[in-house]
Amino acid sequence: MKLIRRLMAAATALAVTAFVAPTFAADDPGPAAYAQALKGKRVMLVPLAMGFDLAQGWAHYLKKEVDAWGGTFETRDPNWVVDAGAQAITDAISSDTRPDVLIIHAPDLNSYSKLMKKAQAAGTYVILVDNPANFPADAFVGSDWDRLGQLEAEAAIKGCGETSSKKIGLVQGDQANSSSLYQYAGIMKVLDKHPDFKVVAKPDSNWDATTSRNVTTTMLQQNPDICSIIDFWDGDATGASAAIRDAKLDGKVFLVTTGGGEKAADCDKLQDGTYGAVVMTDLARQSGDMNAIIKFLLQSGQPAGTSHTYIYTLEKATTKADLKPDSCWDLKALQAEAAAK
Amino acid sequence: MNATGWPKFRSLNQEGIVFAIAVVLFAAAAIGLPGFIDPNNLVAIVRSVSVLGILALGMAVVIIGRGIDLSAVAIMAMSVAWYLQLLNTGTSDGLAFAYVLAGVLAIGLLNGFLVAYADVPAIFVTLATGSFVFGYVRSQLITQDAVPVPQGHWVELLGGLRFLDIPVEVFVFAGLAFLFFLFLRYTKWGRYIYFAGDNPVAARNIGIPVRPMLVLRYVLSAFVALIAGLLTAASLHSINTRVVNSTLLYDIVLVAVIGGIGLSGGRGGVRNVLVGAALIGILLNAMTIIDIPLLYQNLIKAAILLGAIIVDGIINPRDEQTAQQGDI
Repeated sequence: MKLIRRLMAAATALAVTAFVAPTFAADDPGPAAYAQALKGKRVMLVPLAMGFDLAQGWAHYLKKEVDAWGGTFETRDPNWVVDAGAQAITDAISSDTRPDVLIIHAPDLNSYSKLMKKAQAAGTYVILVDNPANFPADAFVGSDWDRLGQLEAEAAIKGCGETSSKKIGLVQGDQANSSSLYQYAGIMKVLDKHPDFKVVAKPDSNWDATTSRNVTTTMLQQNPDICSIIDFWDGDATGASAAIRDAKLDGKVFLVTTGGGEKAADCDKLQDGTYGAVVMTDLARQSGDMNAIIKFLLQSGQPAGTSHTYIYTLEKATTKADLKPDSCWDLKALQAEAAAK
Repeated sequence: MNATGWPKFRSLNQEGIVFAIAVVLFAAAAIGLPGFIDPNNLVAIVRSVSVLGILALGMAVVIIGRGIDLSAVAIMAMSVAWYLQLLNTGTSDGLAFAYVLAGVLAIGLLNGFLVAYADVPAIFVTLATGSFVFGYVRSQLITQDAVPVPQGHWVELLGGLRFLDIPVEVFVFAGLAFLFFLFLRYTKWGRYIYFAGDNPVAARNIGIPVRPMLVLRYVLSAFVALIAGLLTAASLHSINTRVVNSTLLYDIVLVAVIGGIGLSGGRGGVRNVLVGAALIGILLNAMTIIDIPLLYQNLIKAAILLGAIIVDGIINPRDEQTAQQGDI
């Protein structure tokens, strides 16, 4: 009997350990804490406009993640109007469904500073994306525009070559947007180190393709031996490229620009030789950075406005020579994916 | 203006003043700026104001008839954006163009009908239809701000067209300017526009079909906007609807008004548009060559406009009759 009892006790002990072991594994506190911190939280994206590649790309990747952890993702479309953006942010802060995280694409250094402060005071984390502003947001995710300008200038110098005229033309955006100002500063830093290279003209396009075309036409007219032009955005560089085409200088002027790395906007145009080099934002990674910081902030327990993190996206100048099938992301494919759902 | 259509030399009007400023600027730039007088640069100047000038022609006809069309830029950008979107999604060219043409004419008709028959002020009607066209097309019909021209499409080929190394826009602008000149000066309906603009009630009393003509003008303006949009897309190989938010609309009114087409209607013609466009073209080109930042460019542009208006106000003071005409 004793033996049987012992055996049974041993069997029971074994059975208990056998049953308990998997329960230990399921006791990882992570998922529960994660779900509790994130579930039902609201994330809102207020870009400059919803109608261009970067914003549509961000929205796609953010929505995918936010939906997955059971949150609500919304966007607002100010359609390039600063006032409309301010209105959208004001409404969001004062509404019953105040977002827990507000992602803002600032139009300039100062416009939204007060509103962002208000948002933080109300308990909303503020993340700045792409364009820096004079405001200590909870996080900034985007390009280091100074560095980006340096990369553009280096690409232009390389595109020109040592035996060229060493004349470079700039088509700036405007004199208010931080991306334009810092980009210019970065370009000049590199050119200061290469005193033989000269900027022969630096007109503004006001981000408009027709204006970019007109100023580039004049620039090429005055300096037909320009070896490279840096246009500050692929959204208006189509104008600069039209001017180069019209002046029959294709292949002679190395056009450098920057953009969101969308296939039709950037890679296709590198492929056909319209652009010589594009400093592209790795959109999937940039969106991934945003997703990570959102998840971190919502779990951190810290009040909004207490920490200030800068997460700069890794940038690099891509040329036709180093184009790969995955160098760009495809907006059409993302839209098809969204439509299929 | 006298019967022969040329300015009287003893009383300089705004057109004369602006023309004089343009000539002075041109001479100064030709002497002071290297490369300005180069034939290629002169072609570039005309080209840079071609689309603006074409839109200003449509606007001029509407303004002479004592109206204003604030929907022109929206129609220009959105019609072409919709056209290209249809092409990119596989609609046949003929059908796509038919849709867009119908859409453009419908908006022109709507503008004209609301102004002529519903008696709503033109400034409100066209402001509203412009917003409507932008909002509807942007939200319902296209997916992106910028819509590319399909590879090898005739719009792309149009942009590469050159005669004697002069871009096609210049010829279209010149051709349209000539057609508008013939229409305004030599056709009965063209002349009627001046009567209707000068005094709509009297024009109606003497039996001029004031209302149908009003509708026609807005349709004309919408159609001209479509042409301007196609030329823009032809040159850039894409159209960006962001242009609706730009200052282009004000520039169009500026070209017409600075050339001497009074907003009170009944005055001016194609020559005024050409003078206005010439001044803006020379000014922008010279400022770009000197490399003046955009902020100062706007300031200088505005200062010259203001100067022209003030000088006009001093030389041609307003009297009771012109003040009664109902300015905007």
